[in-house]
Amino acid sequence: MRHRRWPVAKSEPLLAHQFSDRTQQVEADSLGMWVFICTEVMFFGALFTGYALYRFTYDAEFRLASHPVSFLLGSVNTGVLLTSSLFMALALHAAQRGDRRQLLGFLWVTAALGVVFLAIKLKDYSDLWDHGLVPALHFAPDLPMPPRAQLFYVFFFFMTGLHALHVLIGVVVLLGLSWLAYRGRCSPADHPTVENVGLYWHFVDVVWVFLYPLFYLMGRSS
Amino acid sequence: MKPDEHVYAVRAYLGVYAALVGLLMATVAIARLDLGAGNAVAALVIGAVKAVLIVLVFMNARFSPPASRVFAGVGFFWLGILLVLTMGDIVTRGWVPSAGE
Amino acid sequence: MSVATSAPRNYLTEGTSIRSWLLTTDHKRIALLYLVTITAFFVVGAIAMALIRLELMVPNGTMINAEEYNKMFTMHGVVMVWFFLIPSIPTVLGNFLVPMMIGARDVAFPRLNLASWYVFVTGSLFTMAAMVLGGVDTGWTFYTPYSSLFSNGHVILTIVGVFIVGFASIFTGLNFIVTVHKLRAPGMTWFRLPLFIWATYATSLILVLATPVLAITLAAVALERLFHVGIFDPALGGDPLLFQHLFWFYSHPAVYIMILPGMGVVNEVICCFARKRIFGYEFVAFSSLAIAFLGFLVWGHHMFVAGQSIYSSMTFSILSYMVAIPSAIKVFNWTATLHKGSISLETPMLYLLGFVGLFTIGGMTGLFLASLAIDTHVHDTYFVIAHFHYIMVGGMVSAYLGGIHFWWPKISGRLYSEFWGRVAAGLLFLGFNLTFFPQFIVGYLGMPRRYHVYPPEFQVWNVLSSAGASILAVGYVLPLFYLGWSFFFGPEAGPNPWGATGLEWRTPSPPPRDNFDETPIVTEEAYAYAAPEVAGG
Repeated sequence: MRHRRWPVAKSEPLLAHQFSDRTQQVEADSLGMWVFICTEVMFFGALFTGYALYRFTYDAEFRLASHPVSFLLGSVNTGVLLTSSLFMALALHAAQRGDRRQLLGFLWVTAALGVVFLAIKLKDYSDLWDHGLVPALHFAPDLPMPPRAQLFYVFFFFMTGLHALHVLIGVVVLLGLSWLAYRGRCSPADHPTVENVGLYWHFVDVVWVFLYPLFYLMGRSS
Repeated sequence: MKPDEHVYAVRAYLGVYAALVGLLMATVAIARLDLGAGNAVAALVIGAVKAVLIVLVFMNARFSPPASRVFAGVGFFWLGILLVLTMGDIVTRGWVPSAGE
Repeated sequence: MSVATSAPRNYLTEGTSIRSWLLTTDHKRIALLYLVTITAFFVVGAIAMALIRLELMVPNGTMINAEEYNKMFTMHGVVMVWFFLIPSIPTVLGNFLVPMMIGARDVAFPRLNLASWYVFVTGSLFTMAAMVLGGVDTGWTFYTPYSSLFSNGHVILTIVGVFIVGFASIFTGLNFIVTVHKLRAPGMTWFRLPLFIWATYATSLILVLATPVLAITLAAVALERLFHVGIFDPALGGDPLLFQHLFWFYSHPAVYIMILPGMGVVNEVICCFARKRIFGYEFVAFSSLAIAFLGFLVWGHHMFVAGQSIYSSMTFSILSYMVAIPSAIKVFNWTATLHKGSISLETPMLYLLGFVGLFTIGGMTGLFLASLAIDTHVHDTYFVIAHFHYIMVGGMVSAYLGGIHFWWPKISGRLYSEFWGRVAAGLLFLGFNLTFFPQFIVGYLGMPRRYHVYPPEFQVWNVLSSAGASILAVGYVLPLFYLGWSFFFGPEAGPNPWGATGLEWRTPSPPPRDNFDETPIVTEEAYAYAAPEVAGG
């Protein structure tokens, strides 16, 4: 039997002074995360509304404009994020059982998939750059584009960019969480932290689940 | 968590994952058909189903306290208000010709 | 019952260094940090207003030119809305009282609470920098395409400040929601909560649901200004009305963020000084939630003449009538509470009685504005300005000052001078009505807002209004003096000088760091005021 020297947590999870017991603290932290996710829904939601307005007004032009957007990369990325959510859920499960090895492994896979997502997105963006389809920075399309194409790409980059930023933040937080777990904060009583990070990560996945059909799936029927 | 709850949880996660991947493939397939306005509707409906699965199972909303569950839904409901009333304006703008037309 | 009136070890004396204040996580100290900050911003906004009212004394004023005038009313609006009114009661009275009223030691996330103050101050630095560097002239409403394309002012700098300050709002709202859900003392059921808590909770819902939309919308304006990509530019296919939809989706609920907490204070003060339980507790409680919800359905009434579809306008008009209903329910319930109450007219009661009357006038003129036909005539006139100032100043500022006076003994451990308090309340009421009632008249007669010149026939009303403003200013400044004086030299207050119900009055004045020595156990309903003859003290 191998004896690996894992660091050991020095103390029980802290009870902050404003709470009367650990259950209250855990529930409050969880509710706080759900309320935060509400704010994020409204944050992205404002952009979805703007996009919906213009998509309605310029339906045909947006369809044409969206052709250069890569169906393949978008679909692969959707699969990547869905898989990362699975591993995040499994990580939570490992945390609930206090299984440090599994927790760390699953957290790292989740973060790695997040990085893969960002890498694919970078390729996605750079392809569009090559076509001269990046508003404000390099908008000189080398393909015939309807006049409202720029508006389409403004929303494309604003919304997927904002989402990518959230993925990046998530990856950083996951790595931070892995560090905490490695240092020994991974008893079953610590699982609420993993759960709350998971809520954030799954939410980021949900946003992508809506971005994908709106930007990558238009006008694909030939 | 009791031992069988753990097994149940993993089964639920894997099951939902399979459903999500299946729905993704369905979305891809539907996108290749020409359904007119139906394409957008189908794609968004499937997206909504995926979102509900993720929220209920991956995010454990189905086992969460009532307050959390309410907030899980509140954001989307409020976004609905923003979307419906804003789109209500855009969609009906052309309906009545204004004086002089 | 005699109780020790001095509280030697309290939240004010626990640590007296600057560091202990700037790094505090005590909700009571954070409340005072906010009090100082927003008072400073109120002064800034009031100075802008003083310049405006001076300019408007004569029809063809040359004290400031048109562009400077535009910058003045923009500064007045931006500062008063985001740096005074929206934070006011929630961050000062809410932060101080919410944990105590529910029997908790602190809010759910004390460090987030402190962070919200720092975020607030940081945001304010950007906006103040913009003002100092020359200001912005778009109006606090930042309408596109003027703000996004044509204005030469420091739009982006101002926007960055407001964007940042929005997050302070969100943190506060999130904190209160979780606190009220999770930290109530044993026995403190939802329907035993003081109605101030219901109002604060409803306000917090609006804070977290509306503010993110403002943040993104302002970010889009900044983006458009930097890169001119067409989001709001008609020449590039953009729709300026998209901005208005998104902006007002936040900004209309924002006015409910401003008024709901004031309504919360009314309940506490009226019940105490009528020595009666609120009439229709559940109605008042649910009406707060109803206002929060319905307030999100009416934003298009700011856009009746902007070019939105007529069907949209009709829908928003009907919904705007509906949102008046829960407010009216509150006014009826407050009136019924006063009926056959044992009423005494201490300073807080004067302020809050003023609130009920002035808010009713302001609210009813809102019904005029909700009517499409009337709004077409008075939109963008002084009628609108009078309407919202009746609610914001006659209502909200009165409630804020009344609340500050009511809880001043708890906050400071001292009593202020009742004589000066009544003088200030009276001056405020008098000055306020003289300032703003003429504006209803002159607005109806057609004087447009946001112009630094006007036809000479409107002068008499403007002079009355400016005269009123000078009296109003005295009413604002007086409390700074006598409250400040009482903080250091006033007589000691004791735990419950008003004989009020509520857990916050069961602690010493000022309270200790953790509010309660032991977690209270609640066994009685809210507002359990004894029969008038046996009122406690």
